[in-house]
Amino acid sequence: MRFPTLSTLALGLLILLGPAAFAGPPAANQPSEIKVDTPAQEGIQVPKPPFSEGIFPCTSCHDGKSMKPNLKRRVLTDMHTDIILNHGPASRWCLDCHDANNRDSLHLASGEKVSFTASYLLCGQCHGDKLRDWRVGVHGKRTGNWNGLKQYLLCVNCHNPHSPRFKALKPMPAPTPPEQIKARKGGAR
Amino acid sequence: MTDQKTPCPSGGCEASSSAGGSRRKFLGAATAAMAAALTGCGTISKEEFLQHNFKELSKDEVLSVIDRLEKEYKAKYGKEVKVANTPPIPGVIFGYALDLSRCIGCRRCVYACVKENNQSRDPQIQWIRVLQMDKEEGVNLQHADQYYNPEEVPEEGHFYMPVQCQQCKKPPCTKVCPVGATWREKDGIVVVDYNWCIGCRYCMAACPYGARHFNWGEPNLPADEVNPKTHYLGNRPRPKGVVEKCTFCIQRTRNGRYPACVEICPTGSRKFGNLLDKDSEIRYILENKRVFKFKEDLNTQPNFFYFYGV
Repeated sequence: MRFPTLSTLALGLLILLGPAAFAGPPAANQPSEIKVDTPAQEGIQVPKPPFSEGIFPCTSCHDGKSMKPNLKRRVLTDMHTDIILNHGPASRWCLDCHDANNRDSLHLASGEKVSFTASYLLCGQCHGDKLRDWRVGVHGKRTGNWNGLKQYLLCVNCHNPHSPRFKALKPMPAPTPPEQIKARKGGAR
Repeated sequence: MTDQKTPCPSGGCEASSSAGGSRRKFLGAATAAMAAALTGCGTISKEEFLQHNFKELSKDEVLSVIDRLEKEYKAKYGKEVKVANTPPIPGVIFGYALDLSRCIGCRRCVYACVKENNQSRDPQIQWIRVLQMDKEEGVNLQHADQYYNPEEVPEEGHFYMPVQCQQCKKPPCTKVCPVGATWREKDGIVVVDYNWCIGCRYCMAACPYGARHFNWGEPNLPADEVNPKTHYLGNRPRPKGVVEKCTFCIQRTRNGRYPACVEICPTGSRKFGNLLDKDSEIRYILENKRVFKFKEDLNTQPNFFYFYGV
């Protein structure tokens, strides 16, 4: 399964600074104003969001200085063309979820910022029943210990947020029919 | 058979009840030797032949049995294989729930189970069987196919129902065992003592879920694929001629971990937990979702449930 980039963010500002901008994601660029609860505060262990390699932090391009945010709804043609948005109404677009002022963050309908590691809060705005089931461990996969520390997956680890339907898989081989199973010679009993 | 639990193919057993100590000892050894010769059990050691039912062994005897098995496995596979004897956790009864609205029939669970539980690769033994069913028909075994093999799953108009041991509260399989080689543990797991099983396959006939499997041939388990973390009543390598089944990954779950099939499932359809813990996800499912038991009319009372998560 191919996980596409989460970086629809970019969209407004399609002019890139050039490849150099992707080279080394600066660690210093951590968003500071994102204060919405993180999974760790809820006692939930989640893996990292499945970013495409080298894409995060988004602010390495979308720093708000060299590229001014373009809030106009449009089809992106220069960058992030690999993202096909197939999620909800046709009018939906990048900045409905990605934050124009801080590209390293998402935002709720209320405008409240949400980090990528807590993106389930964003999904839960519409899919509240799924969020409720996910919190109690019924929707989605848990690994780890049934009586202890569990690992959750984020919604986006299984559902591409831009095209969320679960993708079909190739099944593993069918069992051998009994008539084709031959006992091996040898053995003790 | 009071003092000696070995079968007596030579027919010389009646003497032992009235015999004195030394004569009894002699007869025991002689019977064992004769039995080995007559039944062609050449490769079974005397210790294995004289081993009692697992439930009757003292702590020291269990340790010596485990020690013997580990040595045998080391010689056979060329690596350290640990055989655990982890007891049930008090206050725990395991329950399992499978979401039929999410399973897509990809069979990842089948192969994760084979790998984790050291099943024979060839002849093939698989503890999980995934049934493809018609949406029109619902859960109807007349319309089930386990050999489906399309390019991609799920297929239009079908749903998928994996079946494995249902860990019944009233297991018909244990009732029919003539030697007591299979029983239900305190945490609800139905287990088999492979060293005590005589291979009569009554349990397979009694199980309405087809969950038990027989080693018709010498199991073929490549040495580099052996899972060395085993349990005596679970995934230790089996000999030819015994019955085996799903144990909820007893070697994992008694140490607090999820079963292998739960961890591999890409759709998160498989749920596992402690039925006695009211905060567990399994209890949430039983209390809040539409749940059914497979072949409930047979009153086997499974601890394995199917549900619809949507």
